[in-house]
Amino acid sequence: MIGSALRGAVLAEWTKFSTVRSTWWALGATVVLSAALGYLVALSLGGGRARGAFDPLFAAFYGLTLAQLALVTFGVTAVGAEYSAGTIRASLAAVPRRGVFYAGKVLAVALPAAGVSAVAAVAAFLAAQPALGPRGVGLGAPGTVEALVGGCAYLTLICLFATGVTTMLRGSARALGILMPLLFLGSQGLGNMPQLKPVMQYLPDQLGMVIIHVSGPPDDPRWARAYGPWTGLALLVVWVTAALVGGYLVLRRRDA
Amino acid sequence: MGPVIEVRELTKRYGDTVAVDGLSFTVRPGRVTGFLGPNGAGKTTTMRMVLGLDRPAAGRALVDGRPYREHARPLCRAGALLDGRGLHPGRSAYAHLLWLARSNGIARSRVGEVLALTGLSGVARRRAGGFSLGMTQRLGIAAALLGDPPVLLFDEPVNGLDPDGVRWIRTLMKDLAAEGRTVLVSSHMMAETALTADHLVVIARGRLLADAPVPEFIRANSRPRTVIRTPEPGRMRAALAAAGFEVTEGPDGALEAHGAEPAAVGELAAARGLVVHEVGARQASLEEAFMRLTADLTEYRGGGAR
Repeated sequence: MIGSALRGAVLAEWTKFSTVRSTWWALGATVVLSAALGYLVALSLGGGRARGAFDPLFAAFYGLTLAQLALVTFGVTAVGAEYSAGTIRASLAAVPRRGVFYAGKVLAVALPAAGVSAVAAVAAFLAAQPALGPRGVGLGAPGTVEALVGGCAYLTLICLFATGVTTMLRGSARALGILMPLLFLGSQGLGNMPQLKPVMQYLPDQLGMVIIHVSGPPDDPRWARAYGPWTGLALLVVWVTAALVGGYLVLRRRDA
Repeated sequence: MGPVIEVRELTKRYGDTVAVDGLSFTVRPGRVTGFLGPNGAGKTTTMRMVLGLDRPAAGRALVDGRPYREHARPLCRAGALLDGRGLHPGRSAYAHLLWLARSNGIARSRVGEVLALTGLSGVARRRAGGFSLGMTQRLGIAAALLGDPPVLLFDEPVNGLDPDGVRWIRTLMKDLAAEGRTVLVSSHMMAETALTADHLVVIARGRLLADAPVPEFIRANSRPRTVIRTPEPGRMRAALAAAGFEVTEGPDGALEAHGAEPAAVGELAAARGLVVHEVGARQASLEEAFMRLTADLTEYRGGGAR
């Protein structure tokens, strides 16, 4: 019975997402931004003067740290729109077991997010290659496959993180108010300030930069992190799990 | 006995405010049950608890013998029209019903059926953001009927509808009840409820005031009233007053004796040798009965619950 209920919940959630334009804008923008930024960053870094430690993967994937915001928007509105439009009551009347409803929501976010993330990561990599010219690399280059897998995993997880946070806060505006600063805080440089780094390096976006191999040259102490990409991925899973469990506890406890 | 809604000792608090206070009643099939109460009486909160949307502080609500949320395909057990829009403005009417259908394994063909039933086929592909209040209500009713449920709850269904829409809903409610379904309709509009409901559950301040058939409720909560037409209104007035009845003059010049049965008035006229042209009972309206019942409550409501 749970099985068919969950199937129905996933189908219903995907039907909700696929029948509003904002979903297609957010998912489309994730891919377009990834590819466009991959090309542009590669063009600006790879074209001209040669520096000692040039990293073609950094050039290709740095854009993902910006493109993630489009995917985060999808993760936020997936839940936030229920509260702004008031459909949450109809949703919970249709699927009254909150755990089933939430599992349906999370799965219906995760599956398209994973697909789009994979496409976005590959698009970023491919778009960067012509801009890098002779410095371009193939899939066989060291770290490339790890970066692609990491990019796909990171984007999917950060989207689910957004869904969990929005469920906890019960609204898009509040969620974006937390997520935007959180996802930019480290990238703006705070993660590299020696006084703050011990803590800041564990924020989700900082983990992401390690996971997708764009945190900077590994031999430079300013960019050094206390963990590697796989540990970073595990730590991000902890963040996402915490957000999703927090969202579930709020959803289960609160009146619709 | 058929599917029923059972509310047992249901209680809901918001902070210090008690919205629903030990409420118990049963809604039975085959008739329209009007759920009456002043605004803020706890009608919506009660319906939300029946649907498992709000968690009661105490007590329980059962739909067809079980808590609503324990039904496998709840939309096929109970359908509800809730207050407020509850529609994504960017989603079409068809898509709104489609996701609801998919959540409960309801056939896609049923979406077209309820759209036709509610007169929305022509606007099915239009985005709900542009819908009028009346179209929104119709779509809400389409959603309630989607699972062809034996139990239906409608919260203020005629709000925002034009006279045609109001008549349509009235007929729909009666038809649904005539099919043997259990129909609970909340309202704060007495005249409308009087035309639709067979049975009443009346609450105020979260407590049950009455649970009775409409005629019985009116009888129990109104004083008898007799209309008298006479060429000698002055003497008649004096005679009625002397007998202890309160007398008022109606808009058309007829006298109305409050608390008096027609028989008593007729005997009084005969005893005094008064000419009368008409002596008749006047039926109190549901609104009068309701006002009488809730008058005492509203007295001390000022500083209390909203």
